[in-house]
Amino acid sequence: MKSGRMELVCPAGTPATLRAAVQAGADAVYCGFRDETNARNFPGLNFSREELAEGVRFAHDHGSKVLVAINTFARVNDVDLWKKAADTAAECGANAIIAADIAVLDHVAKNHKQVRLHLSVQAAAATPEAIGFYATSFGIRRVVLPRVLSVQEIAALNRAIEVETEAFVFGGLCVMIEGRCYLSSYATGKSPNLNGVCSPPEMVSYDDEPNSTAARLSGFTIDRYEPGEPVGYPTLCKGKFKAGGKTSYLFEDPVSLNAGGMIAGLKAAGVTALKIEGRQRGKGYVTEVVHAFRKAVDAVGQGGDAIEIDRILAGQSEGSRQTAGAYSKKWR
Amino acid sequence: MSAIALTLGPVFFHWSPDRLLDFYRRIANEAPIDRVHVGEVVCGKRMPFSDPAWPEIIERLESAGKEVVLSTLAAPATVRERRSIADLCTDERLVEINDVTALPSRSGKPFVTGPFLNVYNEASARFLIQRGATTICPPVELSLAAVGAMAGVCPEAEFEIFVFGRLPLALSGRCYHARINGLHKDSCQFICERDPDGLAVDTLDDQQFLAINGVQTLSNQVHAFCPAPADVTSRSVRRIRLSPHTCDMVEVAKTYRALADGREDPKGARFILSCLDLPGRLVDGYALGKPGWQTTASI
Repeated sequence: MKSGRMELVCPAGTPATLRAAVQAGADAVYCGFRDETNARNFPGLNFSREELAEGVRFAHDHGSKVLVAINTFARVNDVDLWKKAADTAAECGANAIIAADIAVLDHVAKNHKQVRLHLSVQAAAATPEAIGFYATSFGIRRVVLPRVLSVQEIAALNRAIEVETEAFVFGGLCVMIEGRCYLSSYATGKSPNLNGVCSPPEMVSYDDEPNSTAARLSGFTIDRYEPGEPVGYPTLCKGKFKAGGKTSYLFEDPVSLNAGGMIAGLKAAGVTALKIEGRQRGKGYVTEVVHAFRKAVDAVGQGGDAIEIDRILAGQSEGSRQTAGAYSKKWR
Repeated sequence: MSAIALTLGPVFFHWSPDRLLDFYRRIANEAPIDRVHVGEVVCGKRMPFSDPAWPEIIERLESAGKEVVLSTLAAPATVRERRSIADLCTDERLVEINDVTALPSRSGKPFVTGPFLNVYNEASARFLIQRGATTICPPVELSLAAVGAMAGVCPEAEFEIFVFGRLPLALSGRCYHARINGLHKDSCQFICERDPDGLAVDTLDDQQFLAINGVQTLSNQVHAFCPAPADVTSRSVRRIRLSPHTCDMVEVAKTYRALADGREDPKGARFILSCLDLPGRLVDGYALGKPGWQTTASI
């Protein structure tokens, strides 16, 4: 690790969740503007310029940092919208800008030297050479690690690079390498890279059929549920499909990430910051999860054992199934 | 020289050395293709099998007057994979970069950016052109209009659009061929070799949807964008890319050459392609700014 205590980076989809995360113990919160410049471009979420300025004041007053995600890929002929988002974030006093597109990184590096640049997970930089390229070209200070690396691989990576690393520990889990997945635009015309959305809600239908409910995306059946079975959201890569004569959750079971049990391992691997996914989540959820992870991170910092960490994080599953994802080598 | 050049992209699938040799022998001798990409792009674990075949393939292609481009891995992870990229980047031939990992070793020398590298706008394109990009083949989800908008303001580089083949939609750290057979990537038994065009993935209602190829996910449908030549040239796009499949790729190349030369019209070209032994039905949505699975043109 490049410095002492691990930093807890928490989601803030709205001004209310920003305040909730800060009060629950977030070292930093991350958020985005209310447009397609960020990868959680959902209705009812995100910040205006005024809300961001106020959020930064609140966070700074409480000793927390604000990281602004401008992490989609700028649309051709509209790059100025992304540049202006970066300018606004800098003017509002953001501590860092999280970006993936070379155009955005280049703009921030040249025009806002006082703002830290964090390389978004959407850039999918997983090797010393790739991270070195972004560090040399744009002066990035931190890389958010793609969710395809094992803890051992993260440790090796940290030995080979100068910049800080940030690792996801909780929340939604992308199975595909983020920033390089077009499944959503293939089915719906809208994608994370182009529009900041994946499997968009306006393309979802739940169709009641005799003895079952089908969850469809853009007309493609993603899963089917028996009466009484909890119905899930039809995210493409968590669907049930037929291939090779088998019907299965081919890409990934409908699970979410919980690497709470790996905090100590990630710390030993040299990770600087732990990230909680979930800018689409409400205030109550954010408060509870951030509070639990604050206690867990502090306990790890004080040498707490695995049983204690498990006890602190018990109950953070919402009844859904969880995985430690690629951090465990057998996931591959 | 023709106004629109034809590129044969890299083979995405795990083909045996014999299959690769046979395939490229025919391409060298019979296909009206200007530029041919060689090398493994999807999975570094396959490289020990195919590596010995490439020198002979390259020699045959170059003897036949084809320009050879060395394609590099899209998702390198191991030390060996990273070293192979650095080694390929020292070659005097053109190199295709599919991951930023290759940029430091290739910067200052000419390269192609492949569809796995995120070039979405003119500012990113210019940045890469300054570092040596001479051909840019943007991600497949971009429309012809979007690629043309970049090409129009970046005349220093050639822009290339993906027009034929199952669409490369995603990469993962996880191998789906291994997973579906109860194996892990680290002990995969190279079973992806059984599916030389990828393994079809259907929905629960038997809708043809996707295809898996080890760590890669492709479309089940075959993207077959057949534009009138003027639609391409008027947007300053100078190359079209065909992606290899087990169908008659010489026929595919001849069809696109005839289309680009105005000897075949789009409808006729689509008809010829639809008669081939393809792994899925024809689509072209992405090229027109629609969902990729959609078909906007009739046969």
